[in-house]
Amino acid sequence: MSTPWPAIQLTINGETRCVNVPPMKRLLDVIREDLHLTGTKEGCGEGECGSCSVRLNGELVNSCLVPALQAQGANIQTVEGLGREDELHPLQVAFLKHGGAQCGMCTPGVLMAAAQLLENTPNPTLPEIREALAGNLCRCTGFTRIFESVAAAAEQEAHHAR
Amino acid sequence: MSSQSPSRVVGSSVPRKEGLDKLLGRAQYVDDVENKDFLYGATVRSSIPRGIIRSITFEAHINWSEFTIVTADDVPGENRIQLIMADQPCLAEGVVNHCEEPIVLLAHPDRHKLRDAVAAVRVEYEPLPAIFTIEESERCEPVIWGDNNIFKQFLLEKGDVDSVWPSAAHIVEREYHTGAQEHLYIETNGMIAEYSNDTGITVWGSLQCPYYVFKSLLRVFDLPDSKVRVVQTETGGAFGGKEDYPSNLACHAGLLAMKSGRRVKMVYDRMEDLAATTKRHPARIRHRTAIDARGKLLAIQIDLDIDGGAYATLSPTVLSRATLHSTGPYVCPNVRVRSRAWATNQVPYGAFRGFGAPQVIFAMERQIDEIAATIRMDPVEFRRRNFLHQGDTNATEQLMREPLILDELLDRALERSDYYGKHNRFARENATSPVKRGIGIASFYHGSGFTGSGEVYLNSQAGIDVTVEGKVRVLVSNTEFGQGTNTILTQVAAEALGLAYGDVEMAAPDTGMVPNSGPTVASRTSMVVGNLVERASRQLIDTLRSEVALGQNYTRAEFFEACEQYRGMHGNVQSLCHYQAPPGIHWNDETYHGEAYGAYAWGVYVAQVAVDTTTYSAEVEEFWAVQEVGRVLHPVLAAGQIEGGIAQGIGYTLYEKVVMQNGRMANNQMTNYIIPTAEDVPWIHVYFEEIPFQHGAFGAKGIGELPHDGPAPAILNAIRNATGVPMNSIPLLPEDLYARLAAREAEEEPAIR
Repeated sequence: MSTPWPAIQLTINGETRCVNVPPMKRLLDVIREDLHLTGTKEGCGEGECGSCSVRLNGELVNSCLVPALQAQGANIQTVEGLGREDELHPLQVAFLKHGGAQCGMCTPGVLMAAAQLLENTPNPTLPEIREALAGNLCRCTGFTRIFESVAAAAEQEAHHAR
Repeated sequence: MSSQSPSRVVGSSVPRKEGLDKLLGRAQYVDDVENKDFLYGATVRSSIPRGIIRSITFEAHINWSEFTIVTADDVPGENRIQLIMADQPCLAEGVVNHCEEPIVLLAHPDRHKLRDAVAAVRVEYEPLPAIFTIEESERCEPVIWGDNNIFKQFLLEKGDVDSVWPSAAHIVEREYHTGAQEHLYIETNGMIAEYSNDTGITVWGSLQCPYYVFKSLLRVFDLPDSKVRVVQTETGGAFGGKEDYPSNLACHAGLLAMKSGRRVKMVYDRMEDLAATTKRHPARIRHRTAIDARGKLLAIQIDLDIDGGAYATLSPTVLSRATLHSTGPYVCPNVRVRSRAWATNQVPYGAFRGFGAPQVIFAMERQIDEIAATIRMDPVEFRRRNFLHQGDTNATEQLMREPLILDELLDRALERSDYYGKHNRFARENATSPVKRGIGIASFYHGSGFTGSGEVYLNSQAGIDVTVEGKVRVLVSNTEFGQGTNTILTQVAAEALGLAYGDVEMAAPDTGMVPNSGPTVASRTSMVVGNLVERASRQLIDTLRSEVALGQNYTRAEFFEACEQYRGMHGNVQSLCHYQAPPGIHWNDETYHGEAYGAYAWGVYVAQVAVDTTTYSAEVEEFWAVQEVGRVLHPVLAAGQIEGGIAQGIGYTLYEKVVMQNGRMANNQMTNYIIPTAEDVPWIHVYFEEIPFQHGAFGAKGIGELPHDGPAPAILNAIRNATGVPMNSIPLLPEDLYARLAAREAEEEPAIR
């Protein structure tokens, strides 16, 4: 089927992809519907809950608020690009061990926000963790286990770095 | 290895069973299931709270031939959702009784075309007078449900309260109010349905109770059991909010699937989910308490009224649990609780973690502090003098047979929080500071499992089987929605069978494959269903020993060899058990007397708050939660339940206000319905005391609801301690705090002059 929409080229989880979508289509829908990466979730559709958080050119964004056009040429990371089953990211290991995920709906966005934090602040304090996750609403955990998971992952990475 | 070996799996924090899928982003929630053949469904809803439907017209600018259109006329069976009472229509028929009531369903292959189509369905009404409050419902002007607007009422009586009032040293009377609360699971409601004449109806969706949905589909589609199948997809939070409403949504998606002959997916956006689905019941609770000169409770009289909304849904059982928890963990010889659930033209209220208990425990624990203030006694000491102990009876005259350690829980909470040290320090500091700090306490219990004879009526069946691939599977209809069902039940089976955690998995939550082990509600999964899984596992070992000579001590290989031998003889390896009430459990539904619950979990919580008298914001600075929940099966999951429940309880108390205007939720967005964020939740200290309960899985009792009971009263008792002003309503947002403190200043002004 031919499509009237111009091509948007982007790199997602290291892979270059091309999509023909309306320029104002939400990046969230492009990721889920066109790129079939359903790890990124919709929680509110208005940038409040952070479930749709992805990393775009090194920034944490709510993909429900980003138009597709803005992703032209962008480098995007979603939860699927964080780690693999045989090579988990330290955050995934820590969340599994410390109970950082319960229902799992906020988890992909929380992981992206936490990865963003650790990249910029490898040894975050508790207030820094709180601030970094303040845009990601979790209704299950009360956040305590998430804070512990992020702190444990930071410690693990520091240990590896030594 | 032997089933008698000491505990290895239970009590250890093994990784969550489906944790890896969730962390890799590959867990399949309902909206993640896609197929190019799907139609997408949407709902045309009532825009008025009550009225007669005069006409439904479809505006000409839409090409309706592209759409599948369903109304009540398309319902093949009974147009009723089956719950406690079948009073709620699946689709409105002639009348509407609340805003957002579903009237017409639409489906189209392009989901982006639905919004305009919904707006182009014009419903004309003849409005009828509507009522929105308990007070309006009590006046019966007009009667909107039954003869008197009452869904259900209870009278719980012990002793004779009326004989006590004349001689009491003190009588304290107060009125308390609690607001609605939205579950705000991060995954909204969603369902996929498929229908064919040969196989009947199948639905896949986000839900708590597959067999509740099953029951509604049977009646709405008028089909036999063999032609209805319900499958739970990964469910992103529930908290009671997916106990009843998924039945409605499954029927809606199913009707569209039946009429279109296509698979239909319906997923609510956040605004629709907030506006149209259930919330926690608002309540008005009036206390009258008599106390003797030594500070002992003489009589408790409670008038408890809850707003049920337009249809009964689960209100009768919410009211029952509220009634049974309303007098708290105290000894009192004379009790009268009169409770009623009222019909209004609000969107129906439904199940929410705690199920009526958070409302009444808020009132009771505030009342305890008000009594203590009246009789000038330390509220801690007043609680201690009146606590239930082993051998006492509670309000339903249930004998407390099990060890009961409220005093120890209280001691630990006081010590860990440095309660008295802070109490004194804050009193000194507050005199000169614009930020007033306070510390408050709440003590409470929560009954595990269904109320009274409920578990006997449920007659749950659960068990295990062994696959040819050499895996044990847990066969239950209980669902995972974040709380840990998958992990706990596989731990229990592994422990009882003497196998490793990795040897056991969950059978798919599919009514075509698993027996009805009851709903996933009421803090019953670990205690009641876990116990069935434990028994079924032990039963399998006994069978293998007697039939294929499995040894007293056996290796993993010997176990699976024995299973294969047994399979050769019988075709399959399966062990199922039915619920059996613990001995000595008697409950009288008529008099509301007896053993209300098989077991209780107990808690003493302490909150430290800071009230800023410049901004009027109240913040919880630190929180201590000490509880006895029987054996802790998984320490990390258990702590996660407590912390998450407390965070929701903090939201219930200080952040979350459902604003209703003429029967509609006015703030149905995450932007203006505010829940606690990572910056708002204090550090929560969690402590467990473990007293194994004989009839729960490896000693477990219920845990999931308990933590929602304590925060509201502990926080408001702390705010009273900080400000000296009693606050008797929640939620208490800054504007409410301002109004209350300003009113108190106005009252006190003459005295200061």
